[in-house]
Amino acid sequence: MRSIKLLMAMAMLVALAAFTAACGGTEEGGGGNGGGGDGGNGASEESAMEESMAEESGMEEEAASSGEAESLTVYSGRSAELIGPVIDQFIEESGMEVQVRYGDTAELAATILEEGENSPADIYFAQDAGALGAVAQEDLLTELPEEVLSPVEDRFNSPDGEWVGISGRARVVSYNTEALTEEELPDSILDFTDPEWEGRIGWAPTNGSLQAFVTALRITEGEDGAREWLEGIQANNPTVYEDNTTTLEATAAGEVDVGFVNHYYLFRALDEQGEGFGARNYYPRDGDVGALINVAGAGILQTSDNVEEAEQFLGYMVGEDAQQYFADETFEYPLVEGVETSDELVPLSEIETPEIDLSNLDDLEGTLELMEETGVL
Amino acid sequence: MAATNKEFRKRSARPPRVVWLPALVVALAMLMPLAYLVIRSLDSGWVEFFETVLDGGTLAVLANSIVLAAIVTSAAVAIAVPLAWLTARTDLPGRKTWAILAALPLVIPSYVGGFVLVSTLGPRGSLQGALEPLGVERLPEIYGLPGAAFALVLFTYPYVFLTTRAALRGLDPALEYASRSLGRGSWPTFFSVTLPQLRPAIVAGALLVALYTLADFGVVSLLQYDSFSRAIYLQYRSAFDRTPAAILALMLVALTAVILIIEARTRGRARYFQTSGAVRTPRPTPLGKWKIPALAFCGGIVSLGLFIPAGILVFWLVRGVSSGEPLRIVWGAAWSSVSVSAMAAAAAALAALPVAILAVRFPGRASGLVERLTYVGYALPGIVLALALVFFGANYAPWAYQTTGILVLAYVIHFLPQAVGATRSALLQIRPSVEEAAQSLGRSPLNVIATITAPLAQRGIFAGAALVFLTTMKELPATLLLSPIGFTTLATSVWNATSEAFFARAAAPALLLIIVSAVPMYFLVIREREK
Repeated sequence: MRSIKLLMAMAMLVALAAFTAACGGTEEGGGGNGGGGDGGNGASEESAMEESMAEESGMEEEAASSGEAESLTVYSGRSAELIGPVIDQFIEESGMEVQVRYGDTAELAATILEEGENSPADIYFAQDAGALGAVAQEDLLTELPEEVLSPVEDRFNSPDGEWVGISGRARVVSYNTEALTEEELPDSILDFTDPEWEGRIGWAPTNGSLQAFVTALRITEGEDGAREWLEGIQANNPTVYEDNTTTLEATAAGEVDVGFVNHYYLFRALDEQGEGFGARNYYPRDGDVGALINVAGAGILQTSDNVEEAEQFLGYMVGEDAQQYFADETFEYPLVEGVETSDELVPLSEIETPEIDLSNLDDLEGTLELMEETGVL
Repeated sequence: MAATNKEFRKRSARPPRVVWLPALVVALAMLMPLAYLVIRSLDSGWVEFFETVLDGGTLAVLANSIVLAAIVTSAAVAIAVPLAWLTARTDLPGRKTWAILAALPLVIPSYVGGFVLVSTLGPRGSLQGALEPLGVERLPEIYGLPGAAFALVLFTYPYVFLTTRAALRGLDPALEYASRSLGRGSWPTFFSVTLPQLRPAIVAGALLVALYTLADFGVVSLLQYDSFSRAIYLQYRSAFDRTPAAILALMLVALTAVILIIEARTRGRARYFQTSGAVRTPRPTPLGKWKIPALAFCGGIVSLGLFIPAGILVFWLVRGVSSGEPLRIVWGAAWSSVSVSAMAAAAAALAALPVAILAVRFPGRASGLVERLTYVGYALPGIVLALALVFFGANYAPWAYQTTGILVLAYVIHFLPQAVGATRSALLQIRPSVEEAAQSLGRSPLNVIATITAPLAQRGIFAGAALVFLTTMKELPATLLLSPIGFTTLATSVWNATSEAFFARAAAPALLLIIVSAVPMYFLVIREREK
């Protein structure tokens, strides 16, 4: 008898799952909550459940007919820890409902490609330009209006106006403060091919930012120059890391003396681990490829029913408040002029980025091929 | 006797509908990821397909993965079987506690475990820091094969440990007593009597370890081992190209098929039924002078797999809080994790029962195929499986897409073999004559399953459900892509923080994940005590 109870209990759990699924189904259509932005602390899903239970269906028609309580769905490859607060600000100011699905940038790009016509997303907010390019290439992004694009310098936007740059990060060299002083570091990142750096370099060749850097190198130094650099670094037996974070941590620990990373991870480490953190940033002085600017950006999906609201969202992200947030809280570069940045950052105007379209997948493919040929990947 | 009575009995008999129909549904669900992969693989035609398959680099990483899986599996068995025996059959002090602790490394997500391992045992990790006064400037490199294998062994051996321990406790010691009474020593008895009886359970656990190793991405990427799953992820992450990723994943399925064939050979045909109705509780073997080494062994493994990772998490938490980071306890996320994992565990246990009954009671080609099919979803990297369900969900079942329902379905497809393996091992220990007797008394097949089979196999069913629960708790890719929007679990909270290097913020949910997971583990052990 006990086992019948057991089976019954299991069956009930499964039924519960099906029931929740049914509720979720109606929610997906248009209802839901506006609390997606604070996903980081887990409060949002509770309210999502309650609301969807309470409201059941009917929400969809209501929203469509009255034109109020529009809801935006954002697929974000940027973490809740980073953009949750600024999305909450937007919700507060616009009164709009915004739901956010957080995930890995590339995985969300693949998801949008699989969803095709049926994507529930209105906006794709990506960590790097390459992923936006992958989605744009399949004609899944709409062209953005001038008022969204114009606040941001052209070099940080999609050449076709399909996505807008929202924040920037510079490539820097992180160095271990016990092993090195800034004076001992070479002027250009190209000089790290010198044998004196044998066994002292850390990098993350599978990481999108480093690949973007190599793409830039192919354009400024030519195909052969880029190959030479990759081979030179490879000859110095660099330690390979998973990403910027692990590279920086390893530099601070003294596993390697220098690491090629994005600039802003350091500031988070300092925040959390204190001034004693064993690594600092170095901006190569030559001012060209060594200090390439990568952007995080966003675009609106062709399948979106809420284009106007989505444009409003993007407009907010390139507006002064949001840009100031990125400068102060995530330690990134604001891409809009007139927003004050931290003193520690080399001003954007002093960093000359080469003329490249970081969302051009053909360029990316060429880079991956070169990295494979040189044995880096 | 009526025809139905025979249905349960002989291997030539046809299984009753309550068994084959649900099993068929399960098998069809399992075909979904496979169908998706075939569709995607052929996106750019056969030429690219064969170019990718026969590429020298691809074959080299495939070889890397095979080497890794072989090493991890053997090492996991070598660690887990003695641990299982020590905690189940000896007078080891505190063996119940050891049993829970030894199983817990399973709940540590590999993206956390790998990271912790690097920061502890890295060339300049905290261990080196501690040894610095002794003049140790650098520890040997852990990156590459040794580190990846080490980490994977630590976080997967519990599969073998749990299946083996469950089998040991379900084992009638009568045969061992007979062997001892005939003058054999305890070691020869263990190797010639106990071990062969444990073989199905060990092989079931080892299979899970091998396939987990093939599919894992977290450890191999953090420890820089160029494995096949890493190659698959790189296709998505660097090249944004789903076609080569799908082709590689199909190759992984093919490799899985080969491993399953090897497993079928290793598993053995023998059945070990209990000779009497009741299992006697075996007398614990006194360890004598081996007590100290045995304790050191358990302590060493548990320290590496559990205490050190948990300790590092506590350290991160304290360091963050002391530099002003607010302590956020994510109860909401914990509740989401537990409820969705419980649903997945229950659904998987229900789905596994017909598959296991079919495989054990009605062996044959079709039932073997259904059972093997359940392993497909398990051997695939999470992202591949998640995208398969994104594809089917968004395009063919938009009403269910990104709901709890499809999320639970994804978990079941992903983790079902854990439940099938445990249920199967338990069924193997039940003599079919009991079921036959009930049948001959006129009970319906469903009634027999509910009142005879399931209760007798309940230890295995619960063990399987617990495994599914624990692995669902830490699942990431499917949760991120398929959950209802805004749904936050402990695993996604940890990931959200670690992906941006907020270690202190990752520590609280990660610790909560371990603590919450310890609860079902505890009940698993307590349940055993009642028996």
